[in-house]
Amino acid sequence: MIWNEHHECMGRDQLATLQGERLRQMVERIYFNVPFYRNKLQEMGIEPGDIRTIDDLRKLPFTTKQDLRDNYPFGLFAVPQEEVVRFHASSGTTGKSTVVGYTHNDILMWSEVVARSLTMAGVTKHDIIQVAYGYGLFTGGLGLHYGAEKVGASVIPISGGNTMKQLQLLEDFGSTAIACTPSYAAFLGESIRDAKLDPSKIKLKAGIFGAEPWTEEMRAQIQNLLGLKAYDIYGLSEVIGPGVSMECSYQKGMHIFEDHFIPEIINPETGEVLPYGELGELVFTAVTKEALPLLRYRTRDLTRLHVDLCQCGRTLVRMEKCVGRSDDMLIIRGVNVFPSQVESVLLEMSETRPHYLLVVDRQNNLDTLEIQVEVEDQFFSDEVKELEGLRKRISGNLTSILGLHANVRLVEPGTIERSMGKAQRVVDKRKLS
Amino acid sequence: MIIKQLSVFLENRAGRLTELTGILADNDINISAFSIADTTDFGILRVITGKPELAEKVLKENGFAVKITDVIGMIMPNKPGGLHRALQILTDNGISIEYMYAFATGDDRATAVIRTDTPQKAIEVLQMHKMELLQTGDVYQL
Repeated sequence: MIWNEHHECMGRDQLATLQGERLRQMVERIYFNVPFYRNKLQEMGIEPGDIRTIDDLRKLPFTTKQDLRDNYPFGLFAVPQEEVVRFHASSGTTGKSTVVGYTHNDILMWSEVVARSLTMAGVTKHDIIQVAYGYGLFTGGLGLHYGAEKVGASVIPISGGNTMKQLQLLEDFGSTAIACTPSYAAFLGESIRDAKLDPSKIKLKAGIFGAEPWTEEMRAQIQNLLGLKAYDIYGLSEVIGPGVSMECSYQKGMHIFEDHFIPEIINPETGEVLPYGELGELVFTAVTKEALPLLRYRTRDLTRLHVDLCQCGRTLVRMEKCVGRSDDMLIIRGVNVFPSQVESVLLEMSETRPHYLLVVDRQNNLDTLEIQVEVEDQFFSDEVKELEGLRKRISGNLTSILGLHANVRLVEPGTIERSMGKAQRVVDKRKLS
Repeated sequence: MIIKQLSVFLENRAGRLTELTGILADNDINISAFSIADTTDFGILRVITGKPELAEKVLKENGFAVKITDVIGMIMPNKPGGLHRALQILTDNGISIEYMYAFATGDDRATAVIRTDTPQKAIEVLQMHKMELLQTGDVYQL
């Protein structure tokens, strides 16, 4: 099923023409309405008339998260306040949060791309969908909510957390789809198992999971626990929220809705645009956004784009699962480490579960990496040699994947905080001193 | 003959053992014997108690990783050569010991708690040699 065949299966040339026209209009809008961009373009000697086709995109300046912070809260908005109908904001763990705004048309466009996404996961008006992303300033809950209503599904706006209630509604309402973070999906699956619920009462067939990095191993685990097909959805509030791209049923990467969000892959060091297939930082220009149209927004996400035709018939480019967010990437003794690598090692081992915490510290000017892993009841042996053996196996597997020695510490079950939203996987003590 | 020993995973963290003994005390569970195996990062507490199932339940409810392990209790005279004789019997019959700990009960006798992969065989050979074994009911009297 394809929600919007006209735009999702458009010929590439026709799409490029549409993108070029939309980019031209966008640059005009921001030049006249956003002083920050007008100054930048003037400094670079660019006038709106210079931007005519999509090939002119690379002449334009980048926008970074820092630009959003510097212009907090509304400095980059391109419309007056009376046209803004909604705000969302990022959690802002470092410094000020970033604020994003939406006009009425922005909300319609967002609902459209989420409707396309849900259709990829097979969600229709015949489905009951439990939206277990947080509702509020975070874009996950309301983003999925509006898209699900647009396809006509029956929405349960339960928001994140409240696990017992989630399980109850899964059973009583017979929800056929669920949207939440993958770590919460795994947690829900474990809770169903631990509560010994009758699996035949769980009717889930599709899960729409995103907002944090996850691995193929985790997909298998979630599918196994919840008995559904797990789909990856991607998005970020600066571009729109969830629904920037989404996996179709072939799951060969996430189709980017390029008629609204123009992707580029750049070398993060030099800013040079890289060809399809090469690994680099993902950059988006949201050409149809009204309230907050960002030019070439640098996502910090590292991935590759593929343009070859997908079996589903969509012509939209596909992005691979992000290798990591350059924000999540840790550099430990010069080695790049992503928490997702640790997760995939733990998921591959039958004795461990993906409850872990990376603790990075610096002792005598040398970085140290400790990985805390929970000991589960069923794998707990009361013999020291067995536990030491387990610890060494985990450590050995991690060392070979990370290319760096990791000291594994076994900790008591339940001591690593469970997340109802985005999981906190790293404590970097180096930044504190 | 098989004694249910409680094994608990403990992080090396100040006050953790005290939390555990507090939970046992609150639930009126007496510790008859115990030992702790420790490594740099964690310890394993092994406890003999008259109420192993209750202890397992309340500790699990409080988030501990707990397991019931089958052990045997070997009763020996508390005098030179007592332990040696018992161990010689086990060695001669090819029974290896994973771990053990012992305590004297003050009545000229001592008890060794033994963990082996082959507890039934150990019981048989010890009985054949007229060694006295700890009974489940005895645990309350210790």
